[in-house]
Amino acid sequence: MTEPLQGDPNPSGDAFAQRLEAARKKQGMDPTPPAPADGDTQPSAMGVGARVGVELVASMIVGVGIGWYLDRWLHTSPLFLVVFVFLGGAAGIANVWRMMKPKG
Amino acid sequence: MAAGEPSIDALGQFKLTSSLGPLGASVNFSQSNLMMLIAAGLILALLYYGMKPKAMVPGRLQALAEIAYDGVMGMCTDQIGHEGKRFFPFVFTLFFFVLFGNLLGLLPFSFTYTSHIAVTFSLALVVIVLTTVVALRIHGLHFFTYFFPDGAPKLLAPLIIPVEVISYLSRPVSLSIRLFANMVAGHVMFEVFASFIVMLAAAGTFGVIGAAGPLALNVVLMGFELLVAFLQAYVFAILTCIYLHDAVHLH
Repeated sequence: MTEPLQGDPNPSGDAFAQRLEAARKKQGMDPTPPAPADGDTQPSAMGVGARVGVELVASMIVGVGIGWYLDRWLHTSPLFLVVFVFLGGAAGIANVWRMMKPKG
Repeated sequence: MAAGEPSIDALGQFKLTSSLGPLGASVNFSQSNLMMLIAAGLILALLYYGMKPKAMVPGRLQALAEIAYDGVMGMCTDQIGHEGKRFFPFVFTLFFFVLFGNLLGLLPFSFTYTSHIAVTFSLALVVIVLTTVVALRIHGLHFFTYFFPDGAPKLLAPLIIPVEVISYLSRPVSLSIRLFANMVAGHVMFEVFASFIVMLAAAGTFGVIGAAGPLALNVVLMGFELLVAFLQAYVFAILTCIYLHDAVHLH
């Protein structure tokens, strides 16, 4: 308690907890912080590559599946398949973009 | 190459066979189901016997059980927010079911039930149905604005909406493929290298020395697979949390 905190309505509450946490961190007493906060663990190049690949393939599978099924249902082969292959590809790119874009 | 033609049967290990004798055969109770039951039993045992002492200073098993609880609870609250506590039981179950499936699969003579797309896709389907139901219950029909972002020009709606719908539907697919592919790839590599050991060892003295190579590789691979087993269970759970976050907060 070296300097009093001005304007803090609750000097012994949150501020103390914060300072305690900061002090503990500085002393290395909390070994847990590296828990990753976003959807990914430490993004190794291999891991990112695998995720991107899976994402692209998965969207393409869904797109082709929908297109193929619509065609079979409506007897419009190959109209919907062609359309949904492109839409599936676009969705894959959109997913990858959402995955890689800086968190805002 | 004495005893027949030795070939690498890398996918035979994923074949389902019935277990528990004639009773299991009559109801198609496969070894996969058996491993699921074992995994469920182990998870319950871990929590029950881990928390039985209720010690202030936890022993090893209790510490493990507490870390398990804290870890998943932290995952839920970090990713979803304080509403995440409501989904804790679901995420906990999912995480440990996948984790134990992955880890038990690394034991000799066992079976990795997460290496079947049917299993992982069912799990992913449960996740996606739950997130959709949660989103519909919280936001009602407002949920469908999820497929059309706010600032987008109306002219692009026929393009954006199908893309967003496909992107939403591809979630369970990518979720299940990721887990399944990782497990299959790991176990196929085990099998291939193990076959190399046998084939080289059968090729005389020189081969026995050479067999040390794939053996060492398999040892390293086992460590790597332990990491993958944990990581994939973690990824599965964390993506579930992220999807639940989207369902709860809708953006």
